[in-house]
Amino acid sequence: MLHIFCPYCGEHREEAEFRPKGQAHIARPLSPEQCSDEEWADYLFFRDNPRGIHHELWVHATGCRKFFNVTRHTVSYEILETYKMGEKPKVTAESLAKGGRS
Amino acid sequence: MSQVNRLGSGGYIDRTQTLTFTFNGNQYTGYKGDTLASALLANGVGIVNRSFKYSRPRGIVAAGAEEPNAIMQLGATEAAQVPNIRATQQALYSGLTARSTNGWPNVENDAMGLIGKLGGPMMGPGFYYKTFMAPASMWMTYEKFIRKAAGLGRSPKEKDPDQYDHYHRHCDVLVIGAGPAGLTAALAAGRSGARVILCDEQEQMGGHLLDTRDQLNGKDASLWVSQVLAELATMPEVLLLPRTTANGLHDHNFATLHERRTEHLADTAPDANQVRSRMHHVRAHQVILASGAHERPLVYANNDVPGNMLCGAVSTYIRRYAVVPGQRLVVTTTNDDGYRAALDWAEAGREVVAIVDARPSPEGDCVKEARKKGIRIITGSAVFEAKGSKRVTGARVSGVDPATFTLTGVKDDLACDTIASSGGFSPVVHLSAHTGTRPIWRDDIIGFVPGKVKGLTSVGAVNGVYALDRILADAAEAGTNAALASGFNVAGVELPSVTKQLESKPIALFQVPHEKPTMRAPKQFVDLQNDVTAAGIELATREGFESIEHVKRYTALGFGTDQGKLGNINGMAIAARLLNQTIPETGTTVFRPNYTGITFGAIAGRHCRDLFDPERYTALHAWHLQRGAKFEDVGQWKRPWYFPVGNETMHDAVQRECRAVREKVGILDASTLGKIDIQGKDAREFIGRVYTNKWAQLGVDKCRYGLMCKDDGMVMDDGVTTCLGDNHFLMTTTTGGAAAILEWLELWHQTEWPELEVYFTSVTDHWATMTLSGPKARDLLSEITDIDLSKDTFKFMECRQGQVAGVPARVYRISFTGELTYEINVQANYAMHVWKALFAHEHKYGLTPYGTETMHVLRAEKGFIIVGQDTDGSVTPEDLGMQWCVGYDKPFSWIGQRALSRPDTRREDRKQLVGLKPVDPKVVLQEGAQIVLDPKQSIPMKMVGHVTSSYFSPTLGHGFALALLMGGSKRMGEKVYMPMADGTVIEAEVVSPIFLDPKGVRQNV
Repeated sequence: MLHIFCPYCGEHREEAEFRPKGQAHIARPLSPEQCSDEEWADYLFFRDNPRGIHHELWVHATGCRKFFNVTRHTVSYEILETYKMGEKPKVTAESLAKGGRS
Repeated sequence: MSQVNRLGSGGYIDRTQTLTFTFNGNQYTGYKGDTLASALLANGVGIVNRSFKYSRPRGIVAAGAEEPNAIMQLGATEAAQVPNIRATQQALYSGLTARSTNGWPNVENDAMGLIGKLGGPMMGPGFYYKTFMAPASMWMTYEKFIRKAAGLGRSPKEKDPDQYDHYHRHCDVLVIGAGPAGLTAALAAGRSGARVILCDEQEQMGGHLLDTRDQLNGKDASLWVSQVLAELATMPEVLLLPRTTANGLHDHNFATLHERRTEHLADTAPDANQVRSRMHHVRAHQVILASGAHERPLVYANNDVPGNMLCGAVSTYIRRYAVVPGQRLVVTTTNDDGYRAALDWAEAGREVVAIVDARPSPEGDCVKEARKKGIRIITGSAVFEAKGSKRVTGARVSGVDPATFTLTGVKDDLACDTIASSGGFSPVVHLSAHTGTRPIWRDDIIGFVPGKVKGLTSVGAVNGVYALDRILADAAEAGTNAALASGFNVAGVELPSVTKQLESKPIALFQVPHEKPTMRAPKQFVDLQNDVTAAGIELATREGFESIEHVKRYTALGFGTDQGKLGNINGMAIAARLLNQTIPETGTTVFRPNYTGITFGAIAGRHCRDLFDPERYTALHAWHLQRGAKFEDVGQWKRPWYFPVGNETMHDAVQRECRAVREKVGILDASTLGKIDIQGKDAREFIGRVYTNKWAQLGVDKCRYGLMCKDDGMVMDDGVTTCLGDNHFLMTTTTGGAAAILEWLELWHQTEWPELEVYFTSVTDHWATMTLSGPKARDLLSEITDIDLSKDTFKFMECRQGQVAGVPARVYRISFTGELTYEINVQANYAMHVWKALFAHEHKYGLTPYGTETMHVLRAEKGFIIVGQDTDGSVTPEDLGMQWCVGYDKPFSWIGQRALSRPDTRREDRKQLVGLKPVDPKVVLQEGAQIVLDPKQSIPMKMVGHVTSSYFSPTLGHGFALALLMGGSKRMGEKVYMPMADGTVIEAEVVSPIFLDPKGVRQNV
C-alpha cells in the first residue's frame, strides 16, 4: 500500500484512492497520419520496464480526479517525487547517476 | 487429573481462579493466566498432536508463535470452530474446548502413524508430487485424502456469529513488540508527545522480561515492566494494544495489526455487541521493530519425540506459569542461554541430569553458576539422538566437531524425560522482509538481521543485540530518533541499571552429526510442522535442487502456518553445508504476510453479507420489486431482467415483452445508462476527437450515435450524444462503462489537450431514463406531455425539452429497439411520478414493462451491438460493418483513426460481425460457441469465429445470432458449423446482422 502525495490536493493519501495509468510522458504524435507504422506501433504498444527509476502516470481517482506524475523506484517502491501534468521530473536515472539523492 | 507439574508458588498465574477446560474430550483444570499449552503441560499431557506427514506423536516444543506442534482446533460449538490455533498463544478460559488437528482415531493411538512407520522410508520429500502426479483428474480424490490425513484443521460449517471491525489509524511512531526494547522505545517516543502505538502479540506485555533471570534496578524485571506500562497508560497520545499481532508490514510503513478482543474470554464474543477482533490499518511515520528473536532448536535424531523442547520455552513455563514440564532434564546447547533453563529447572527442585555444551571450554557467568550448583557439564559435546517414542527416555551424547561434521570421543547414554536444546537465536525478521527487503546474515551473531527499510529501525534481539544493557540503550536512542524525525522534542529516558553478565561466545552448530550417515540415521527433524528432515534436504540437494526457494518447495520447509519460524535457518544451514556454500550465499526464502494466521472474519471486517459490495438501485426500483421483476446485476446496478406474469417462464415472459414492444408499446427503465454532461466552448471539438464520427454540423436539439475507440482502433464504447446548446452536450455511455469513460475523457483532456476549454460532469444518478418504445408510444406519451410529438416537428434523432406529467423533462427520440421510441429523462426524484402517470394508461395502450433480456433480443434483431458482448477489445468499427460511423476525412486525427491503416487492421481475414440463422429454426445457438467451416476436419479443428449474441425471436419466428466470423462480410449465404461438446454439430447460414427492418422504417413513423 503506497502512500502517495497528490500534487493537486497537497496531501499524502492512501494508494486505494489512486489508479496507476502506466508510463508517464508518452506524448501522442501531433500528426499521427504522418507517422510510419513502426512509429505509431511504438507509441501505442511499447513501454519501458526499468529496474530502478520509473516515471508513472497516476490519477487521484476517488479524490480530485486529477492526473499527475510519480517518480517511483521499481525495486524499493520508494516514491521520490510527484509532480503536476506538464512539469518535468527533477529526479531521473541520469540525475541519480550524477550523484543526486537516492 | 491434578496439575502434576505445577509448582506451589511463582509465575504470573492466579491460583484463586481455577478454570476447567477440555482437550480431546478429557477435562482438565488450569489457572487464570495460563495458556492452553502451559495448562496442558501442568497436567502432564505430553502428546498434543500427530505430525503432518509421518503421523508421529508430538509434544509442546515452544512457548510462543514459533510452536510447530501444538496446533489446535478450537470451539465448543460448530459455529465457533477455529482451526490452527497454537496452544502456546491461546489464553485459557473456563469452558475452552480444544482438539488436536491431527490424529485418528486419537493422538495416543493413531492409525496413520502405522502408515508413517511402514511407509516412512518411502515417503521422502516430493512424495506427494511423485505419487499423485497423474492422472490430473484424480487430484481431487487425492487431495481429499491428503487433507484428511494431513489434518490441517477445518473451517466451521455454520455462519460465523461474531463481528469484526477495521480501524484506520495514523501515528508518528509504531512500536512492534513490547519486550525490553519495545517498552523503552515507546517510552522515549511517548514522552516527547508523539502519537505512539505499541502493540504486542502476547497476553501480557513485557516479552522476555517476564521470564528472565536478569534483574533491573536490582529487582525483578517485571516490576520495571509494570512501571513503564503504568506511565505509558497515562499518555494521551499513546495507544497500547496487547494481544495484537503485527501480521503484515507493507510499503511506506503501512502495517496491519490484528487485535484479538475476546479470544481470551470465550470461543465467540461473550456479549453480542462485542467485536471479536479488530484489524488496525496503520500508516506510521516511523516504525520501530522490536519483534525479538526465536530460539533455534538443534537438529538431532528423534528430536521430535515429546519431551524435546527449546531451552527458552522451559524457562518460560517455569518462571511465567510455574510449570515444570518434566522430571529429569538434559540440556544440549551452543551458548550460555541454554544454561538458564538448567538453572531454572534446578531451582524448581527437579533434577538436571547434565548440560551438554558444544563448546570446548565455556566460561560465562551462567556456566560458573551451573558449576557452583554442582550440575554436570559435558563440554565439546552434543545430544545426537533422543531415545523413546511417545516420550523421551534418554539422550545419547557424544563429542562433536562442527567443523568436520563428525562425532568424536566416547559416547554416553543419559536417562532423562526432557531434552532442552538451544542452537542460538534467530531474529524475527519476518515483518522487515514483507516489503521485499532481504535479511542480512551476520556471522558474529550466527543469524539474519533485518535489511534496510526506509523509516524502519530495528532494535533489540531482532537486530542481533542480546545483552540487556545494550538493548535498553539502543531502544532509548531509536525511540528518541523516531520522535525527532516526526518533529517532536524529546524529554529523554533514564535507563534502569542492569547487572552485567559475562557471556562466552556461542558456537555455530545446526545439525548434530550422527554415528550413521544422515540418510540412514533416525529422522532428524528440521521443520517439525511440515515433517521436513535433514535427510529430506539432503535428498533434495542430491536431486539437483540448489536454490533454497526450490529446496523449500520440494521439501515443504517453512510452509503452512509455520512460515519458517523454527526451522528455516537450520534448513538453510544444512542446505548450505551440503552445497558447500556459506549461509549468506544460500540465502533465505521469502517471508510473506501473515506473520501468524488470522481468521477470514478479521480480514473481511464489516465487508461481508449485505455490506460485501454496494448495490445501486434506480429511482424506480421499488416499482420493479412490486411488479415481481427478476433482476440482473450489471456492475453494481440491479436492473430488471424480465417481468414474469403469473407462472411464466423467463422464455415466455421475454417472448411476450418482445411482442408487446413490436405490436403495442413497452417501457424500459434505462436510468443506469452512463450520462456525462459536457460543457465549454471547445466541447464540440473535444467530442469530435474522441468519437469516430463527425460532430461539427450537429445542430442544437439533435442527437447522434457515436462510436468510441482506443488509439489502437478498437471499439471501447458507444452511445448517443445530444447537442443541448452550442457549448453544451450530453453524452450517454454503456451502463458498465460510465466511470471508465469519464476517466478516459479526463485523461485526454488533462494530459494531451489541456488547451481545450471543456468540463465533464457525471450526471448518471441525477437523471432517470424511461424508454417508451413501440408503435403506440406517441399516442401514449401525448396523453401526458405538452411537447408537440407530431412526426414532422419532432423527428427521429431529435431532442425536446418540455413538461411530462407536469414535471420538466428532456425527451430524446432515439431507438435501440428499431421501433418508434421516446426516451423520457426527468430528475431522478420525479421518475416514479412520471412512470406511474404513464402506467395510468397501461390498459388503454397495452403498456408493458420490459427488462434487459427483451432489450437484448430487440436490439439484436436490428443488429445493434452491445460493446463488451459483441466486441471484446479486438474489434474495429470496420469489423462491425459500421463504416457509416467513421469520419475518415475529419480534420483532426481522432482517437483510433491512425490505427485503422495499420497492416493488422487492414487484414482481409479479420473477424467481422455477421448474422447467423440456424438451419433448424427452433435452434438457439449457444453464445460463445466456436465456428468452423468444415465440420468433418480432424481435431483440433480450425476455429474461425464465435457466436456473440443469440436469442429466439418471436417476431422472426426462429432463433438467430450475431457472431464474429473470419472474413465474415464476404461469406454471406455460406454455411458454417458449430460443433458442440456432446458431439452434435449445428449448421447455420451466414446472413446480414440486421434481421428486421433493414431500412429503418419502423422507428421513423
